[in-house]
Amino acid sequence: MSSRGTDSAYDVEFRTVTKRFGNLTAVNAVSFQVRQGEFLSLLGPSGCGKTTSLRMIAGFEQPDEGEIVIGGVDAVGTPPYRRDVNTVFQQYALFPHLTVLDNVAYGMKQKGVGRSDRYQRAREALELVRLTGREKHKPSMLSGGQQQRVALARALVNRPRVLLLDEPLGALDLKLRKEMQIELTRIQGEVGITFIYVTHDQGEALSMSDRIAVMSDGVIEQLGTPAEIYDRPRTAFVADFIGEMNFLEGTVSRTEDGEYDVTTAGGVVVRARGEATRGQAVKVGIRPARMRITGATDDGVVNAARAAVDTKMYLGDEVQVVATLGDGTQVVIREQRAGADAPHDAIRPGDPITIQWDRNAPVLLAETPTEQQE
Amino acid sequence: MARTEEVLESAGRRRRSFSPRYPGWLTTPSLLYYAIFFLGPLAILVAFSLATQTGFDAISYGFDTSQYHLVTDSLYVKIFERTLLMAGGGSLLTILVGYPIAYWMARYLSTYKLLALLLILVPFWTSFLIRTYALKIILDPHGYLAEDLGIDIMYTKWAVAVGLVYNYLPLFIIPVFASLERMDWSLVEAATDLGAKPYNAFRQITLRLTLPGVVTGALLVFIPMSGEYIIPNILSGGNYEFVGNVIGDQFASAQNQPFGSALSISLMIALSGFVALYILFATKEERFGA
Repeated sequence: MSSRGTDSAYDVEFRTVTKRFGNLTAVNAVSFQVRQGEFLSLLGPSGCGKTTSLRMIAGFEQPDEGEIVIGGVDAVGTPPYRRDVNTVFQQYALFPHLTVLDNVAYGMKQKGVGRSDRYQRAREALELVRLTGREKHKPSMLSGGQQQRVALARALVNRPRVLLLDEPLGALDLKLRKEMQIELTRIQGEVGITFIYVTHDQGEALSMSDRIAVMSDGVIEQLGTPAEIYDRPRTAFVADFIGEMNFLEGTVSRTEDGEYDVTTAGGVVVRARGEATRGQAVKVGIRPARMRITGATDDGVVNAARAAVDTKMYLGDEVQVVATLGDGTQVVIREQRAGADAPHDAIRPGDPITIQWDRNAPVLLAETPTEQQE
Repeated sequence: MARTEEVLESAGRRRRSFSPRYPGWLTTPSLLYYAIFFLGPLAILVAFSLATQTGFDAISYGFDTSQYHLVTDSLYVKIFERTLLMAGGGSLLTILVGYPIAYWMARYLSTYKLLALLLILVPFWTSFLIRTYALKIILDPHGYLAEDLGIDIMYTKWAVAVGLVYNYLPLFIIPVFASLERMDWSLVEAATDLGAKPYNAFRQITLRLTLPGVVTGALLVFIPMSGEYIIPNILSGGNYEFVGNVIGDQFASAQNQPFGSALSISLMIALSGFVALYILFATKEERFGA
């Protein structure tokens, strides 16, 4: 574990990794690279394979096929205690019989670091996570947030090549979770260690990550920066999982000059930038915030649809309208309200409205993830 | 000040209203049973041990400590030593045999966990005496073990040890299994993740955290092993007597109740020492939180 391997540009690399549990394929031919010093999130619903992927990096599970390269060296078959990675566990897994200081010093004790040296470094690690004055306490005497910090210090103090975090904030309440998100980002910036963070919380992934790998059913649906994932989701799954999305289905009716038209069954024409194949049945997504309600009622205009209001809800600065298009598709529109907003305030359920959007708002979505290279 | 009292009082009232406090005298029947059938014989034993033998099966009560002086005779001290050593060794062997079984059951069995537990307890459904006689067949000098494998240990202390371990194993496995069942295995993963080799992770985490169960189980088998007389009687053929055998002889054949009683009380005092050590360990564990 002291050998740092070759100086690969990537700290962790999956090469068509497959892991099965009986009949279930938890991770299906997954490939991705984690850059040095990066904060990468594995995001997805439970059972998508994100935790299994993390456990394979830690060495608790071995892949059935493929290679897992850590620091340029194939790590398949290497037991966890010889890997230069450390884990922050979901329920912290602090040793209940050891003091906070001994918990943090445990890893260094295994490596034979002298007593005073390891306690010195353990204290520094506790300072880094801003938990001092609790060295002699047992973990059970600490709050959830404090235990979280101990778990973080215990892993970080070993200066691993990669830190693995398995939904570490899941057990904390909302306020503490927000606080720890900021803390984690600060600490990662300070230590410069690569973080691989498993979560099912899209907000968490968006706010902390350099890049996000959205997983579903054992495959990576999309890997990109938070902005890419949010603004240009490649698949319907990603679009739906990250934030809210309105879906319109139709056929590509025109392609021209880097633009394409999609005509829905209800006659709505969606014109957007991008490439598409004429005649193809496709799905496009438009974020609720990218739609707006206008008073205009002119028919036959592109990127506009007539709808009937189902419900209207005030969300403080925003107003959210749920409306049904002519073909029965339900859409959500979220618009900013400015002070006394007469046009919005006048909207009542049952009212006919016209919805409009810009041509850079729609995103063309694929049904299945396509092979992507960074 | 008044406020604090108010709060405390209301807390007390609340507690009472949620869980009713039953009057203490309701335990009288249990205490009465305990006094008559447990403390009674003990008192008789103490009275016996301080009495003087005036003839065969005839004693006069008094305060005669001469029986206790007799207990310190090197012959009996040797038997005490042997009994405690055998019980200690038997407990140790029980740990070595029982811990892996309990570990395997708790960690690797799921569907058959309860069945395994049941099978561990099955021997308890038959008489202790019959099982020990059955063991005699296995250990017989003309049995398979002796003739085919060359393990001829009948009528030695090893036969007694095998008997002790066999008979008391379930009593050890149950508490250890219980503590292994409560074990959070992610702690072991955390230890290996932090660089602990499997053996160190086991020693520093698993064994350390299940130690209270091991100590409880060991004490649970050590105490009855120390008082054992059937096993040494049957499996050592009288070659390897425990204190229990000597006591039995005093009551059954020698009709020397005062000396038998003095031996019994002495054994109880010796064992109380171990129980005291256990309580010390248990409270320390509790105080420092395991």
